[in-house]
Amino acid sequence: MLKLDGINKIFNEATPDEKIALDQINLDLKAGDFVTVIGSNGAGKSTMMNMISGALTPDFGTVEIDGKNVTKYAEYKRSQFIGRVFQDPMAGTAPAMTIEENLAIAYSRNKSRGLRIGVDKKRRELFRESLESLHLNLENRLTAKVGLLSGGERQALSLLMATFTKPSILLLDEHTAALDPSRAELITKLTKQLVDKDNLTTLMVTHNMQQALDLGNRLIMMDKGQIILEVEPEAKKDLTIADLMDAFQRIRGEKLVSDRTLLSV
Amino acid sequence: MFTAIFGSVEQGIIYAIMALGVYLTFRVLDFPDLTVDGSFVTGAATAATLIVLGYHPALATAAAIVAGFLAGCMTGILHTKAKINPLLSGILMMIALYSINLRIMGTTTETAIGRPNVPLSNVDSLFTIFFGWWGNLGIDTAFNNVLASIGIDNMPKTWGTLFIMIIVTFSIKIIFDRFLKTEVGLAIRATGDNDKMIRSFSANTDTLIILGLGISNALVALSGALIAQYTKFADVSMGIGMIVIGLASVIIGEAILGTKTIVRTTLAVIVGAIIYRIVIAIALRVDFLDTGDMKLITALIVVVALILPKFLEKHKERTRKAKRRAEHKVASGQEAKHLA
Repeated sequence: MLKLDGINKIFNEATPDEKIALDQINLDLKAGDFVTVIGSNGAGKSTMMNMISGALTPDFGTVEIDGKNVTKYAEYKRSQFIGRVFQDPMAGTAPAMTIEENLAIAYSRNKSRGLRIGVDKKRRELFRESLESLHLNLENRLTAKVGLLSGGERQALSLLMATFTKPSILLLDEHTAALDPSRAELITKLTKQLVDKDNLTTLMVTHNMQQALDLGNRLIMMDKGQIILEVEPEAKKDLTIADLMDAFQRIRGEKLVSDRTLLSV
Repeated sequence: MFTAIFGSVEQGIIYAIMALGVYLTFRVLDFPDLTVDGSFVTGAATAATLIVLGYHPALATAAAIVAGFLAGCMTGILHTKAKINPLLSGILMMIALYSINLRIMGTTTETAIGRPNVPLSNVDSLFTIFFGWWGNLGIDTAFNNVLASIGIDNMPKTWGTLFIMIIVTFSIKIIFDRFLKTEVGLAIRATGDNDKMIRSFSANTDTLIILGLGISNALVALSGALIAQYTKFADVSMGIGMIVIGLASVIIGEAILGTKTIVRTTLAVIVGAIIYRIVIAIALRVDFLDTGDMKLITALIVVVALILPKFLEKHKERTRKAKRRAEHKVASGQEAKHLA
């Protein structure tokens, strides 16, 4: 479903600030795979997400979605097949527009936009039904401006919008990190529910190791622009945080950097 | 006085079309587009030139709309493709249009390449054609009789301009409101609201910005074409400060009617354009003010319209707080008595 082949990216090349962001990244996701990505700050997780979404293009290497080489596709063109939820709850929705208008934008993702009215009776019904699945009572606030919603509600709406058209790939970039623990738990639960419903192929970056273990069928660990550990479905079932810490030490020969990151549970 | 205000309402409702264009870029797309000063004249020049050259006024006006659309698209291309800052893209286009406008008007004469103005005094315009039909209806006499009966004797020459412009401007408003609710319209609004988000939903923000600027300047040019036919001339300097007038209309309207829904905001913009004209008309009747002071007055109106709503809000909050403090004092005073 998603294939990264030999992706390389260097930032600020040929300057003193040169940084190898991604170094020979190879990754292959089958349809229905849910891969969680962990790693310390600067490991290249977000850069990898941006390579897939098209916000950045690789220096060399190719990105394939659904067997199609999309390396040269612009971000907006790729996003036909890719749903995204960002860390910032404000990033995934248009605050000055209503809930139903935001959903109409999500609805048009894989269709060409024309002069049809965005929210008609039939669509409104569809939006209402989908919102009910969130159990946040948003279905009764269809004409409320999204800017009035709380961070958790906005993130839940972002998640619904990202998955609305059943995209080939769902990218979640630390999408619970900016929320308080109870909201984060709610969003985690909704993520599971929405991904399971349509069996979406998902890649999720998280700083929360427990979340990385609880969600998904595969796990990868990144460090200094490389994928240093890949855990397959069989092994992931019984994986613990201690296992991950040990693995890191074994591979890198050093203790896992103790930033908030890997220690937060 | 009545005639002066009547005239400003007529003008205001024509300028309202321009203000709707400014609203689209300034508020909806969040793009401060200065092309307006140039494209307003482009509309006026194109229409006037084609009319003088013998084309039907309707065709001339349609051509003006297309010219404005193209001018707006160019600004959009400068910004999105050449990555030039929005303000600078607009200024560049505005200055380029100045020369283009001279050239357009220059095609009416063989003695020069450029021409700074084109009079329309002895030719048909959309208004004269309409008056030909309107004059036979006898509505003017009826209305003026009503006015006479309430003691106003300075009669406007015709009610036709007001009548037709209300129809034209409100038709545009209704189409405009509806457009902003279509799939493309929603995408344009989202581009101004959160461009990162709309790109992640497979919309090409470059195309949407170019399209939005095109539509905006098409409206501005239409307004210019109608003003040229209303005042019976086109002049290369008639667009100076037009963007500020557009902003003044948007800001005044929003301050009075609010921005709760799009339908309401576009109505506010139209009302704002009319009020602006009335304020100017009244200001110009003050003895020591001269027509040359108009731009200064405009600037002052915008400043006041920007400051006043904030000031009123603060004042309202202060009185609210003061009232609550007083109530609190009374309440705690009673409690103290109680204890004693």
